Amino acid sequence: MTTTDTSTESPDGITTEITPLEDEAELVTSRSSSGRRAIDIVVRSIVPIVLALIVAALILLALGKNPLQFYGAIIENGLVGQNWENSLVMMTPLLLVAIGLIVVFRGQLWNLGYDGQFLLGGVVVAGLAPQLIAATSPGIAYLVLTLAAIAVAAAWTIIPAWLKAFFGTNEIITTIVMSTIGVGLTNILIEYVFQNPAVRTPQSRAIDPGDMLPYIPGTQVPIGLIVALLVAVIFQFVLSRTSFGLRLDVFGSSAKAARHVGINSRTMTIVLFLISGGLIGLAASMDIFGQWGYMRTNWNPSYGNAIMPFVFLARLSPVGAIPFIAFYSVFATGGTIAAQESGVSVDFLQIVVALILVFMTVTEYVGTKRDLGQSYLPDELKDAMRKPLNALTGRMRK
Amino acid sequence: MTDLLTPTFIAAFIIACLAGTVPLMLASIGETVGEQSGVLNLGIEGMMLMGAYFGYVVALTTHSTWLGMLGGLLAGAITSLVLLVLNVWLGLNQIVLGIAITAAGGGITTVLYDQIYSKTSPRIPTDNWKVPGLSDIPVVGHSLFSQPAMFWVSLLLAVIIAWFLVRTNWGLSIRAAGQKPSSLDAAGGSVMRTRSQAVLLGGMLSGLGGAYLSVLATNAFTPFMTNGLGYIAIVVTMLSRGKILRVVIVSLLYGLTIAVGTVLQLTSLDVPTDLITMLPYIVVMIVLLIFGRDVNNSPVLGAPYTRGAR
Repeated sequence: MTTTDTSTESPDGITTEITPLEDEAELVTSRSSSGRRAIDIVVRSIVPIVLALIVAALILLALGKNPLQFYGAIIENGLVGQNWENSLVMMTPLLLVAIGLIVVFRGQLWNLGYDGQFLLGGVVVAGLAPQLIAATSPGIAYLVLTLAAIAVAAAWTIIPAWLKAFFGTNEIITTIVMSTIGVGLTNILIEYVFQNPAVRTPQSRAIDPGDMLPYIPGTQVPIGLIVALLVAVIFQFVLSRTSFGLRLDVFGSSAKAARHVGINSRTMTIVLFLISGGLIGLAASMDIFGQWGYMRTNWNPSYGNAIMPFVFLARLSPVGAIPFIAFYSVFATGGTIAAQESGVSVDFLQIVVALILVFMTVTEYVGTKRDLGQSYLPDELKDAMRKPLNALTGRMRK
Repeated sequence: MTDLLTPTFIAAFIIACLAGTVPLMLASIGETVGEQSGVLNLGIEGMMLMGAYFGYVVALTTHSTWLGMLGGLLAGAITSLVLLVLNVWLGLNQIVLGIAITAAGGGITTVLYDQIYSKTSPRIPTDNWKVPGLSDIPVVGHSLFSQPAMFWVSLLLAVIIAWFLVRTNWGLSIRAAGQKPSSLDAAGGSVMRTRSQAVLLGGMLSGLGGAYLSVLATNAFTPFMTNGLGYIAIVVTMLSRGKILRVVIVSLLYGLTIAVGTVLQLTSLDVPTDLITMLPYIVVMIVLLIFGRDVNNSPVLGAPYTRGAR
């Protein structure tokens, strides 16, 4: 649904497509001074996170835990000492998955099949790397298997993309269904094809620690992080400074408008899904080569779910996503340990992510209404609330 | 193969089939009502988990499966209030909210279950209602006619909702809100009220489906026990195109695949468990590939309605 055609390019090339309402907000904010706009964007991005952390603290209190201690443990385990390196290791796949989502979300398409795509890409790497490294060299294995992971993950988006492009089948549902099939297929591949004969638990052979991705000099962080940051910069450029980026934004704002200017929406849909899947495959490759070295069944880090709010808070900008993903990496790295220490289920982090999502949409709504000088309540809602009130007061007057 | 056809075996097959069908059917009916009114409820997974957990808690503490069902229904309704207020009233993005509800539902139930029940993991005793007379029939009597009483209530609910959707003004309003909300508005109806009712009903039915799953079908709660059932419900809704009878039939097909999976596990064949869990999804994908091409969803599905907007 599009309400205005003014949203395709704001001065800094950052578009927001979360709700149609935002298009109006951008129209208004771009009229005010750029300084105020920058502050506004920062405030709108940080307020949801702060609110979510406050509510999460209240939940911790209700569970009988000390929230200050909990948050302290997060900082302790996510930043202090050498722990910031662990956070950076985690940031690599998160950032790549985030860019993969940004690309399709900009086209107003929803790729929610990231789990299956990620795991299938990962299992190709984990399953084939030990033999390939033994047969050739680590360098060749990195290159070949990364390309293979990209290809496999991209291929897993083809059916949903094709159904969407040619028949308009809702891609939200098809990607999720394909994802579940991908997760199952990954487990079967590990158990029946790549099983490590030396152990009884279902897992693949491990890559020799010496053959993993090299570290960035002076740190314990694999160079996958540099790849991820480079990809972010490249995609920022492609999305905001090239004709492809412009065509993508036109397509995202209105498929009808896109057709008028000669953009083939079918090709666009399929290309966007392939790029998205490919980036998620790249994330899987960097994660297996950089961090894990093997895969076991039923392992699903579900990076896509975790970074969902930050993709939107960054207003679908790859470079803009970097600080948010960095924040979440620290939060998740430290939070996992903090949860274990305090005896709360690790899924507590999921609640925080959900809270950020909710507060994000609400903050965006309030901000838009304030910018436009509109009432915070829709007319119909006000009518609905006024009616019983009027009836009541009317009766009292009688 | 002859040992596969023993009466106990067939009875087990029917029980597995119905246990797989009913939770999905209830959730899919809820989703159908929502989608008919133009609201794509992507948070159904979270609502089912909330229903499953709180239904389980209530059933445990009150020793009544009926109150458990009610607890699940209320939990689903309360969870759907998030979608109701933020999406239907304020017009915020349905997909983002759906993802948030799913994440929150999974997170909240797992954290609470871990905190309270993970050490003991208590079970709920089965509470089946033998249909008088009919439950003495061999095979069918021990399976179909010895279901929880809620099974029959669920079927009744399906019939009632189907009738309401097709035969009443309320059903017409629901469908108008999904097809052309501005026309409903112009005719003096309230899109907001209609959609609110649909979302609330959808939340109740999803919660009820979740509670059926935990309290009656498996007799216990396990974290993330719905395991994608909410998404299957969305697919069922899509394939059924608003017809409740089709929802029931497609849900039954899903129940059959579940039962076939259970049966395969009982045989000596070495079938990967993952293949069995994947089976319904593969079936769904094939069905979508063959029949799903011309799914005509509501044209405004997923779009919040703002009066006067173009």
